[in-house]
Amino acid sequence: MRVIAALSGGVDSAVAAARAVDAGHEVVGVHLALARVHGGGAGSRGCCTPEDARDARRVADVLGVPYYVWDLAEEFERDVLGNFIAENAEGRTPNPCLRCNESIKFAAVLDRARALGFEAVCTGHYARIVDGARGPELHRAADAEKDQSYVLAVLDAGQLEGALFPLGGDRKVDVRREAAQRGLLVADKPDSHDICFIPDGDTVGFLRERIGGPGGDIVDAETGAVLGHHDAPYALTVGQRRGLGLDRPAADGLPRFVVAVEPSRVLVGPQTLLSVSRIEASGPRWCGPVPPAISHVMVQVRAHGEPVPATLEVAGDDVRAVLDEPMRGVAPGQALVAYDGTRVVGSATIERSAA
Amino acid sequence: MTPQRAYLDHAASTSLLPEAAEAWLEAAQRVGNPSSLHAAGRSARRVVEESRESIAADLGVRPSEIIFTAGGTEADNLAVKGVAWARPDRPRLLCSAIEHHAVLDPVAWLGEQGRVIDWIAVDDLGCVKPADVERLLGDDVALCTVMWANNEVGTVQPIADIAAACERAGVPFHTDAVQALGQVPVDAGLPGITALTLSGHKIGAPVGVGVLMLRRNASVVPVLHGGGQERDVRSGTVDAPSAAAMAVAVRHAVSTQQESAQRLRLLSARLAAGILDRVPGAMLNGDPDERLPGNVHVTFPGCEGDALLMLLDASGVECSTGSACTSGVPEPSHVLLAMGVDPMLARSSLRFSLGRTSTQEDVDAVLAALPPAVERASRAGAARFRPRA
Repeated sequence: MRVIAALSGGVDSAVAAARAVDAGHEVVGVHLALARVHGGGAGSRGCCTPEDARDARRVADVLGVPYYVWDLAEEFERDVLGNFIAENAEGRTPNPCLRCNESIKFAAVLDRARALGFEAVCTGHYARIVDGARGPELHRAADAEKDQSYVLAVLDAGQLEGALFPLGGDRKVDVRREAAQRGLLVADKPDSHDICFIPDGDTVGFLRERIGGPGGDIVDAETGAVLGHHDAPYALTVGQRRGLGLDRPAADGLPRFVVAVEPSRVLVGPQTLLSVSRIEASGPRWCGPVPPAISHVMVQVRAHGEPVPATLEVAGDDVRAVLDEPMRGVAPGQALVAYDGTRVVGSATIERSAA
Repeated sequence: MTPQRAYLDHAASTSLLPEAAEAWLEAAQRVGNPSSLHAAGRSARRVVEESRESIAADLGVRPSEIIFTAGGTEADNLAVKGVAWARPDRPRLLCSAIEHHAVLDPVAWLGEQGRVIDWIAVDDLGCVKPADVERLLGDDVALCTVMWANNEVGTVQPIADIAAACERAGVPFHTDAVQALGQVPVDAGLPGITALTLSGHKIGAPVGVGVLMLRRNASVVPVLHGGGQERDVRSGTVDAPSAAAMAVAVRHAVSTQQESAQRLRLLSARLAAGILDRVPGAMLNGDPDERLPGNVHVTFPGCEGDALLMLLDASGVECSTGSACTSGVPEPSHVLLAMGVDPMLARSSLRFSLGRTSTQEDVDAVLAALPPAVERASRAGAARFRPRA
């Protein structure tokens, strides 16, 4: 079939594209220009530095496939950056990779590819797509360390039909070795980490520049007493213990943790308040058929978080997970991803949680 | 078997003339630095000087006014920066809004360095009005630069009138004639022209050689300092093989200009008419009369130029969205924006440029491939072009 291979300039997408060529597909390489810096040029590392664009182009050369740059900066700004900033301003904890997969890579790019006569978008994601009795199923990658199914749990059946993940069955070390064997010069390029549009990793600085804000009070979640002051709510995360700058110890002498972040107030309390056994979420995206009203699944709230057994209750747009054992560090804005074995059932955005 | 490909991007780079290749190879096989005093050096120098004389004769200027450079971009930079630097007492620079980046960017950079830039507007056909230039001229202007013909939309500028106005005002005038030579008559000796740029690979010489015609009386500060070659204006060992190839290409361009223009005009007219006939809504850009004979520039409303380019490439047709951009990030063309074209439509445009090796078969290939490509691209464009709530 005719396939658009998204080439980031990294090793994974390069090997994925090479395998698509080997599989006999008619492949066209596309590098996505996502972030912009002033002057209209290409922006930060991870998306579209000149170096990454060049590396992507060289991969296409070596594979002997055409190469184009697709400018999706406008869509990225609106659907990913805009969402990331707005959610953080609300004191929530969004995952921009999910939004990018949902609205850019397997929406804007896939739609454009389909309109132009292509059938699929091929990426270097570590996840597997399996043909099930009721359509394509998304499964965890064979390499648990690299598994990226969490950030893909927003893809519906239509999107999965147009997705190709040739690396789902591989280990990263083998992919690197294969890249070297194929003469792909990106074989020893370091992995990209964190958020692609914040290359220096200073997420708080990035947000401070765009949100600013006067900060607010740090409040005792149990007594309502004002204990201190914080610079910005987005600098604090649920579960955080250090860096609160509280001068008075708690009455019980136990350490205090961030238990909730609101647009201005940050609530702190003892570790016991972090334990969550019910999670409510909204805006579900099902990776296939809608699950039954009640089912038993494993749920995960972070890309590499520990999966926990839970009862999943689905009522239209509302999703609730009742956990078999409590979980910590659950924050609104995070994605609740449900698994049935290795199969991804779907995801929903966490709104609130309760002990 | 690979299918026949139709190359309609001669404005980006045209095929090497066999005679130019021969001249290059012959000179390249002989050892010798043209600056050396021994026989080998003299022999290389002879190649350079004969090439210089040949080019001067073809352009209507004197041999000492031909400076060899390593390409059009270098010649443009030398003219713009060199002439501006030579007149630090004159703060202003005049530059048309539709220049190639090799002129546009040095001018903008001089602006960042403190010069005052007056961008000369163009009309909706992409044409500079001499009266506008005249109004902006003054004794505080260090340089005026207007290209001979635009590389994207193909509009030929009224260079004789602009040069004459600059001469009356006592302002040095530079023109980038990279796209013009071989397509329209180019008289570098016109009164008022201080400097004129040519590029080898647009006329059948190799990439990596250019010429700056620089009047004897022009003051210019070098961009490259070193051994003092080329009137002390452009240091660096003179590339004798490239000079030889350039002389052959210039001779060919000038001597075949008329018949070539006639042939290209006919092919372009068929291509333009065929496109308008097959693609409803398509619009031609640039001046319909005062234009490069090999240039057909078309807007396809509702389609992204990049999508069209990709689809045409896949069906064996090679063209361009205007000016090649190194980063590959498509930007709406500054030329079309200067002409008042809506940014959305500016992104919906393609340039077909014909040259020496173009044939009716190439035109037919475009006309066959275009309608299905437009249909697909407009489907792909529909999502992005839809007005957002």
